[in-house]
Amino acid sequence: MLVVEKVLAEDILRISGVNTRKCMKCGKCSASCPAFNEMDIHPHQFVSMIERGDIKKLIKSKSIWNCLSCMACVERCPKNVEPAKLIEAVRLAVIRQQGANHLKADKIPALVDERLPQQAIVSAFRKYSK
Amino acid sequence: MIFSYYPGCTLKTKAKSLDIYGKKSAEELGIFLEELPDWQCCGAVYPMAGDEIATRLSSVRALATARNLNRGLVTLCSACHNVLKRVNEDMKTNEYIRTRVNNYLEDDIQYNGETEVYHYLEMIRNVIGFENLKRKIKYPLKGKKIASYYGCLLLRPGKVMQFDNPENPSIMEDFIRAIGAEPVIYPFRNECCGGYITLENRRLAKEKCNTIVASAIEKGAEAIITACPLCMYNLEVNSTELKLPVYYFTELLAEALGVK
Ligand code: SF4
Ligand code: SF4
Repeated sequence: MLVVEKVLAEDILRISGVNTRKCMKCGKCSASCPAFNEMDIHPHQFVSMIERGDIKKLIKSKSIWNCLSCMACVERCPKNVEPAKLIEAVRLAVIRQQGANHLKADKIPALVDERLPQQAIVSAFRKYSK
Repeated sequence: MIFSYYPGCTLKTKAKSLDIYGKKSAEELGIFLEELPDWQCCGAVYPMAGDEIATRLSSVRALATARNLNRGLVTLCSACHNVLKRVNEDMKTNEYIRTRVNNYLEDDIQYNGETEVYHYLEMIRNVIGFENLKRKIKYPLKGKKIASYYGCLLLRPGKVMQFDNPENPSIMEDFIRAIGAEPVIYPFRNECCGGYITLENRRLAKEKCNTIVASAIEKGAEAIITACPLCMYNLEVNSTELKLPVYYFTELLAEALGVK
């Protein structure tokens, strides 16, 4: 594991508050996930990869942009691992870097239509930008 | 009876009917919803990371203002409700967050999670009662088959939200019965509509919404009700195959109470 990866892994564990060792690898989180088909790495894999410190692939993963924060994985995990918090922490590790915002304000006008509620824009900025 | 009321950004703009009919109906039911002074947008999604402090401040200010007014705080938008309720839980139970948030706040609003946060539907269930609501209905929506769309935000995480059984909820069905209509149970009522993903990966939002709407239709629904402006948008705009009319639950409530 690279030193940067080690620091990142520690950060991710700390800010998520997740104890990856509670996971019994049942896969229920991924089975519950409504974004499963849009993910290259699935929620249960986040848990084991973060435990191993395998962070580089997670940072590049499209899963961090496709998680819906629906909390199904959190609700249904029999061990209360809360995998969504790990996905959130990886996403934050990316967008907290300078210039690494995933959603930029100049992209918004093209995405907005007459009916889109403010709530959509506010939440997308919270998820994809710092 | 008076409650403090947190409308949130969208209820003042694109979701005015959720707000207006909510307030009118409450008044008819003997409850005055007094808008919180100087509320700020809650951010629409709960900040899950434990070191996110600034993103919790607007919620805490709203919660503390209600506490200082000595009132319970009522929400209508599912997203605001999710954020306020979860931040309130943090302030009650997470010392790290509580200390840091309070360090930012003005001295007179040190806050420790004292406020009771109710979603409007919980207010109906817990304060008014569905039986009492039923008695006040002037124009029951007889014969209307209505599907509830709970989505994620009212229910999960169940341990914190304490709204209803997160896997088999009944509060919206009880509401539908109370206004004289017939609830339709379908398997996707608590599955995600995609939420903000409509801005990032519209295809995924469409897939989710088409499944939800098709499932409600298959079980005989003629309409869907929701408490969330973004669910409303997704279910209406991102359902591209089959369509159902989608209403805010407060619109139907106001209609049944005769205040629309
Ligand atoms: S919170 Fe994200 S990872 Fe968890 S079930 Fe929902 S979409 Fe999947
Ligand atoms: S549901 Fe929980 S215990 Fe099962 S694999 Fe996912 S995180 Fe691990």
